[in-house]
Amino acid sequence: MAVVFEKTNLLTDKQFHYCPGCNHGIIHRLVAEALDELHLDGNVVGVAPVGCSVFAYDYFNCDMFEAAHGRAPAVATGIKRAKPDTLVFTYQGDGDLASIGTAEIVHAAHRGEKISTIFVNNAIYGMTGGQMAPTTLIGQRTTTSPNGRDEAWCGAPIKMSEMLAAVPDSYYIERCAVNNNANIIKTKKAIKKAFQYQLEGKGFCMVEVLSTCPTNWGLSPVEALKWLEDNMIPYYPLGVYKDKGATK
Amino acid sequence: MALTLMKGSEAIAEAAIRAGARFFFGYPITPQTEIPEYMSARMPEVGGCYLQAESEVAAINMVYGAAGTGARVITSSSSPGVSLKQEGISYCAGAQLPCVILNVMRGGPGLGSIQASQGDYFQGVKGGGNGDYHMLTYAPASIQEAINIMMFAFDKAEKYRMPVLFLADGIIAQMMEPVEMPEMVEYKVDPEKKPWAATGWKPGDDPAKRAVINSLFINTEELSAHTDVLQAGYAEARKNEQMWETYKTEDAEIVLTAFGTVARIAKTVVDEMRAQGIKVGLFRPIAVWPYPYEPLAATVGQPGVKAVLDVEVNEGQMLEDVKLAINGAKPVHFFGHCGSLFPTTEEIRNKILEIKEGF
Ligand SMILES: Cc1ncc(C[n+]2csc(CCOP(=O)(O)OP(=O)(O)O)c2C)c(N)n1
Ligand code: SF4
Repeated sequence: MAVVFEKTNLLTDKQFHYCPGCNHGIIHRLVAEALDELHLDGNVVGVAPVGCSVFAYDYFNCDMFEAAHGRAPAVATGIKRAKPDTLVFTYQGDGDLASIGTAEIVHAAHRGEKISTIFVNNAIYGMTGGQMAPTTLIGQRTTTSPNGRDEAWCGAPIKMSEMLAAVPDSYYIERCAVNNNANIIKTKKAIKKAFQYQLEGKGFCMVEVLSTCPTNWGLSPVEALKWLEDNMIPYYPLGVYKDKGATK
Repeated sequence: MALTLMKGSEAIAEAAIRAGARFFFGYPITPQTEIPEYMSARMPEVGGCYLQAESEVAAINMVYGAAGTGARVITSSSSPGVSLKQEGISYCAGAQLPCVILNVMRGGPGLGSIQASQGDYFQGVKGGGNGDYHMLTYAPASIQEAINIMMFAFDKAEKYRMPVLFLADGIIAQMMEPVEMPEMVEYKVDPEKKPWAATGWKPGDDPAKRAVINSLFINTEELSAHTDVLQAGYAEARKNEQMWETYKTEDAEIVLTAFGTVARIAKTVVDEMRAQGIKVGLFRPIAVWPYPYEPLAATVGQPGVKAVLDVEVNEGQMLEDVKLAINGAKPVHFFGHCGSLFPTTEEIRNKILEIKEGF
């Protein structure tokens, strides 16, 4: 029988610990497949964050680093400067990247660091049990915004792709989602593009992926996808925010 | 070999390069800014990397990344900046990453002063970051000694797979002394010697050899097994890596204890007092972790020793280790100032005369 689909060997055989319906699993697969298709022959290092994807070092089948909360871009900088021919990627949640790690991500972009960041935005702190994140939507209830996020009290949700696109030496910034098949395919293309740009020696690339957290949103996996479509995509529009390599 | 007159910060930076360091990540702060300045010009000359980080937090995490590839990596800062590095230092210790960290101590707490101090002894040797960890910690008293220690610091860091800390004070970095600079060491990452480093594992290779640079062990038994490994390394270092100097302690009645540049002031006092016929000696730890408890106990345990005077530029931080070593066997006195005020030889002499009156 002809083989029509195989699990990429850039993922280990370890079973994911993610909740049912969580998008982290899909995004892992897309990252691993994109790496696999680039035939990097060992020249790849990943940096895992602190968040639900903290165990990414058990899943990505390459040399891996576990970084302190928010510091993945600085760790990746150290790796990339030491091994310029290696593809280095970070995989970070929105608490990790948009809150505690803002300095590290902004300055990785500012230096035009030749790394690729996969930014998984689920509008909440998943791992610690559903607290408010800087990306939490106005009115969204979390365990630390029990009456819904109040803009007057804690500001409006931060838009990282827009912000990092404004940094002069970021190279490619795109926001995607994995809520349906078409978007999953688009996301994989974006991730692969970010990796390809890095291999070409271009500057900082980030792919933001809107993602569900059914557990802490208190929704079923299907409802969570709908909530993402109805609430997140309108506030966080999908699309390319910057692409210095685009042919005009 | 010829002696050259060099400024401490530049000599230490050059020594790091001679010892094989090819990556420097840092952030400016007085009184050590000459170190990043020197590195920014010198690293490119030797094919190395100088990178100015956005903060000390980022700098130590860049160290974590580069050290995880097996490279020889160094960062330097002064007290407030070293406080910011504590998170990353704890992660380096947890992930068993060899690296060298310089703390050119200045006055504290808070912004304190930009003058030399010894106020970070506790932070350096008693913790600083979270968790049960230690660093090999050296307190050089001269520029030449700092150079000599630097020449073996990376070897030790790699042997024990732990960070090495230099607890130097601002005086070491700012003064000039004639020094002999050792030859350049050729260092190349050897995956055989650093099987834990990220050197290009690929699917199909032995899964046990995939690099995972990590300090997380969510299962309590696994964490316990991991910390046992760390503790075994510390036990080994305690056995092998104590370093100290004694000066005229053989017949001393009063033993001074001091580290770093304060020990040089104390040495002058020893000679001045001896000229007056008062038998004073000096015990100087060179490594302050592992602390030379037994050698100090043996020195002070000599029947002729009547008292100990510990001198520091802090509230008496090493004093706790001195007392632990002596364990009540002899009276221990303290003289020092907090902040950045260095004790004068006269002040120390007066304190000695005061102690002697009590005999
Ligand atoms: C210095 C530090 N502060 C706080 C924490 C606790 N903590 C762990 S994960 C996390 C939030 C992660 O949220 P996010 O980055 O959005 O990832 P998710 O879990 O949603 O995938 C926090 C606050 C920590 N580990 N370290
Ligand atoms: S808590 Fe949320 S983000 Fe974390 S695994 Fe579960 S669904 Fe995914």
